This record gives sequence, structure tokens and C-alpha cells, in this order.
Amino acid sequence: MSSSKKIRVLVAKPGLDGHDRGAKIVARALRDAGMEVIYTGLRQTPEMVVRAALDEGVHCIGLSILSGAHNALFPRIMELLKAEGADDILVVGGGIIPEDDIPDLKEAGISEIFGPGTTLQEIIEYIRSNVKL
Amino acid sequence: MKERTKLSDAIKNWEDTEVKSTVERFPERQTNFKTVSGLPVKRLYTPYDVADIDYHQKLGFPGVYPFTRGVQPTGYRGRLWTMRQYSGFATASETNRRFRFLLEQGQTGLSVAFDLPTQIGYDSDHELARGEVGKVGVAIDTLEDMELLFNEIPLDKVSTSMTINAPAAVLLAMYIAVGEKQGVSMEKLRGTIQNDLLKEFAARGTYIFPPAPSMRLITDIFRFCSEKMPLFNTISISGYHIREAGSTAIQEVAFTLANGIAYVTAAIKAGLDVDSFASRLSFFFGATSEFFEEIAKFRAARRLWARIMRERFNAKDDRSCMMRFHTQTAGYTLTAQQPDNNIVRVTLQALQAVLGGTQSLHTNSRDEALSLPTEQSVQIALRTQQIIAHETGVTDTLDPIAGSYFVESLTDEIERKSLEYIEKIDQMGGATVAIENGFIQREIHNSAYDYQTSVDMKSRIVVGMNEFVVDEEQQFAYLRVNPLAEQEQIQRLKEIRSHRKNDVVKRALSALRIAAKSDDNLMPLILDAVRVYATLGEICSVLRDVFGEYKAPDIL
Repeated sequence: MSSSKKIRVLVAKPGLDGHDRGAKIVARALRDAGMEVIYTGLRQTPEMVVRAALDEGVHCIGLSILSGAHNALFPRIMELLKAEGADDILVVGGGIIPEDDIPDLKEAGISEIFGPGTTLQEIIEYIRSNVKL
Repeated sequence: MKERTKLSDAIKNWEDTEVKSTVERFPERQTNFKTVSGLPVKRLYTPYDVADIDYHQKLGFPGVYPFTRGVQPTGYRGRLWTMRQYSGFATASETNRRFRFLLEQGQTGLSVAFDLPTQIGYDSDHELARGEVGKVGVAIDTLEDMELLFNEIPLDKVSTSMTINAPAAVLLAMYIAVGEKQGVSMEKLRGTIQNDLLKEFAARGTYIFPPAPSMRLITDIFRFCSEKMPLFNTISISGYHIREAGSTAIQEVAFTLANGIAYVTAAIKAGLDVDSFASRLSFFFGATSEFFEEIAKFRAARRLWARIMRERFNAKDDRSCMMRFHTQTAGYTLTAQQPDNNIVRVTLQALQAVLGGTQSLHTNSRDEALSLPTEQSVQIALRTQQIIAHETGVTDTLDPIAGSYFVESLTDEIERKSLEYIEKIDQMGGATVAIENGFIQREIHNSAYDYQTSVDMKSRIVVGMNEFVVDEEQQFAYLRVNPLAEQEQIQRLKEIRSHRKNDVVKRALSALRIAAKSDDNLMPLILDAVRVYATLGEICSVLRDVFGEYKAPDIL
């Protein structure tokens, strides 16, 4: 792995959910691990998330959602990324996401879902070993 | 003084002999013990630690200023706390069934969870509502939904708490209108609206309008209710979400009370007499897993608020100094792993709230780290409260932990440290400024990060998550919100829009727009609008036009 190029990550809060404790902690941990992190803030539409990812030229998008709207919003984000030819961006998600929903989200192109109890180190390592620079 | 020296010598002697020889042979588990909020915990507490506490001044009696020992003279010997499970999902009819189930099971009050579009002032067919309708709460678009929500629930018999903030005036107006239809006039309605925008900016995120117009809506409600709804709590000043966002117990008390100070200041500035509204202010805290610290927190918060109201705001009526609060067990302590363990966590947390003298209580369900709770899970959560109330005897005497050297010392410490924070916030210009400049959010975030790090490093053990882990087949039967609810709700909304008298709605909304630009109290105009079935989204859209929308500062 090249050490000269920094991994750029967009941490995003799609939907109306205001729970940002997890998103902000992950953003800070990724930054402390040497990545460049952009945090979108709350209430992002799928379109806003994808536009920010393209504008910022990120290698990875981390989506956080605890409201239960993931089945509607995550696949939509993947659709838009594909339409932009940007589906080489690694997309991971976290929050309150029932196990039963995970196969369909992965089918839609979400690479990994990190549930409650995941350590920050697990997330950092996953991104480092799966991101395409 | 002589007694104290004697005791101090005795403690030193015990430490130098008994303790020293034991520690040499069996080292303690840690070199320093601390609460989850970082307060040092000593090996032993003795009368030495409480020697400075003047009983009459600091503790006194229940129902008497400064209310450290509780707000009611007879506590739970008179009436138990209100058992109030926060619930709501899918449509109003489905939530009405859950409400009636809970009341049948012995719940004594209602607590409404609204979905995010409702909380942020969007109708269910708004593009930003996609995927969110009915997910974290019930969808309410018009008075008709509210009528269905309280179908066959007489509003003169229950008290209802509504977790609603930016559009609190709209939901309160709908509640009044449902009462009118049931023949219950508004002065008889009992309940609470959360109506606490400062913590939305700081920690919870369902804000709409900027701080100034938000404060105006809040004080409009204070004034309206002080004249017409004497039994209704006009605000629930909430530390719960501040704690859930990651704060310590001290920050929870400090930031909540700083917000309280900002509301009282705003209302006085708007021309209200402090004793005309202060007795209807209520509070809301979390109960995490740090047992004694939490009990001390509730007691410290009561004492500190009483002092603030009397010393800073010159409240004459003791009821203005009385902190009444709701408690919810801490959602963030629940684990997705081995979910049945959460029943035990919730039991301990609920016990703290009761020992701390809460006025009402929500106990979380075991499955809430996975989804909204099933009927079976919420029944266990309610039974937990009933077991504490009826089987343990902790309700038979008031403030039973008082006099514990440790808890009294912690109570003092939390009060002192919270006051230091409040003074710092005062120097910045108050809570609104401290939120707009991101100070409060950064403090909370730093504490959240420290907590996560301690869990990741296993310096803090979370049973079943970072220790005592088992391989689990997670096949818990969790609740799935009816996937058709969103479409059904949108369909009904369309029908209401086509059946109502649209010219009357238009007139009501124009009148609201004109009033929003003036200093008139908006409550009567919002009430007129909901009575003719103006939607929540239409009303909020008028206010968005006039007031603008809040943009959060970047605090990372």
C-alpha cells in the first residue's frame, strides 16, 4: 500500500436522522488514523451525498443512519454513484441496521455494514485494506 | 473540629495499617477508581466527607426548598411515578393500538414518539420524508391523524407527553383540538410538550428555525399556557439527549440547566412574570449505568435549579423553584449482543431513577439496540417498573439513599462542578451563544470520544460486547414497521387535502403569516389553522418562509 497518498473519506448522514454521535466519533477516529475526512452534517439527501463525494474526490463514503430509512436511502445512493460512473468508491454503512436487511444492502453495492459494538480500529482497518486509491 | 481531627487521624491509621498490608498482598483492581463521568472515587467515605454539609441548608425536607430530598412531601407513599413508555410507529391507528395495549397493561400515562418528518415539519409526501414515514415514530400530518391517535382514549383521564420540539405549537394545538372534539376543554388537559430547541441545536438535531424565532415560539407557548392551560407542562428541558450524545453526568446537569436559564431569561424578557410560568417548566434526564453517580445527579440537579430560580431569578413562589423531571433509561448503554442482558441493565437504571425521585419514567426495551421494541419487549420493560414499584419496598420511605457519605459527597461534587460550567457559559453570553459557537457540542463530542476509546481499549467493560462475548445466531424477533405505512399515510393525506375547505385553510395560513411577522402570540392562529385541517407541513412552511432555517455550525 502506498504511504504517500492519503485516503479521503466522506462521512455522511443521509435522511432526517439527528443521531450523529457515531458519525462524529468515526470521523474523528479516521482523521486520527491519518485519513482526510469530510463530514457532511445532518439531513443530506442521496443527491447531496453523491455530489459531495464527487466534489471532494473521496475514496470512501461512510454512511450513518439510525432512523430505519436505510433500505430507501442506501440503495439510492449506490444508484446515483453508478450513474456517475463512481461506483469504484468504497461505500460502508453503520447505525441501527437489522441483520436481515444486510444481504440486500450488500447486493445494492454497500461493501460492509458496521453495527453497534464495532470498534473504531475494525473500521479503520477495513477501510485501509479495501479502499482503491 | 476536634472530632474531625480525631476522625482524620483514625482514617489515616486504618489506611497505614489494615489497608496497606492488604494491598501489599492483594493489589486493588485499579490504581485509580473513577465514575464514568471522571469523578474520582475513594476507597471509603466517612462522616469526614460530609462534615461541611449543613443539613437544613443543603438537604432539608421533601417538598421544601431546595428540594434536594424530593419535590413532594410524601413522595411515592402518596402517588407512584407515572409509568410512561415512549411509543409510536407507522400510522396513527397502529400507534393507537399500542397505546391501548400499554394502558391495559397498567401504564399510567402516554408518551408519543413522532416520526422524523413530523418532528422536522414536513408532510409525509415531502421528498425529504421518503423512507422516514412512520419509522421512528408515528406520522402526523393533520388533525385527523391526531383524532385517530387518541381514538377511545379520553383526554381528561390521561396525561400525555409529546416529544415534539420545533413544531411543538402545532402538535399542542392539535391536542387541544382533539380535546375539544371529545368535549374536554383545554384547561383540563394534562401533559407535556418537549419544546426544548436549545438541546436540538446542541445534541438531538430536529431543529427547523434559527434560535431567535425558536425562542419566540417557546415563549408564545409559555404565555398561552400560563393563561389557558394551567395543568400542562410547557417544556421539558432535556438533558437526556445531551447525555445520549455522549456527555458526562456533570455536563448533562450543567448544559440542561444552562438551557433552562436561557428559557427563563427569554420569557422574562418577553414580559412574563417569573412566577406566572416557572412552575410549569419540567425536566428530563437519562439514567445510565453509573449507579450512585446517577442518584446523586438527580439530587444535585434539584438543589441547583432551586437555587438558580430563587437567587438568580428572584422567584417568590417555591413551586417555581421545584424541579420536576421525567427519566428514561439510557439507550446508549444497550447492547445489540445478547439483548436479554439489557433487561438487567434497564432494571438497575430504573432503580436509580426511582431512588433519585423521578416524577415519571420510561424503561427501554431489551431490543432497542436493534429496532423499535416488540409488544412483548415493551411489556417486560413496563413490568420492570411495576416490580420496582410494588415488590421492592424502595417506595415506602422518601429519598432513602440520603445520608450515604458517598452519595452526599457526590451530590455536592456534581452540583459544584455543574455550577462551574454554568458560570463559564454565562461568561460566553449564555447557552444560546455557547451553542452557536459550538462550545457545548465540542464538549459533548470530546466526552463521547473518550467513552468510545475506553470501550475499545477495554478499560471499560461492556458485558457481552467487549468481554464475555459469545457466538450468537442473531435471530431475535424484532419489530418491523409496516412497509406499506408510508404509502397509506400519503394516500390519506391526499384525501384530506381534497375534502377539506381549502379556501378556509388558505385564509388561516395567511393570517398566520401576517402574525408571524408581528409580535402577536402565534398559538391562537396555529390553533385556528389545525382546526380546519391545515397540515403540519403547510403551517411549518409558512413559518419557514418568515423565520428562515437554522444552519448548524461545523464543529469537527
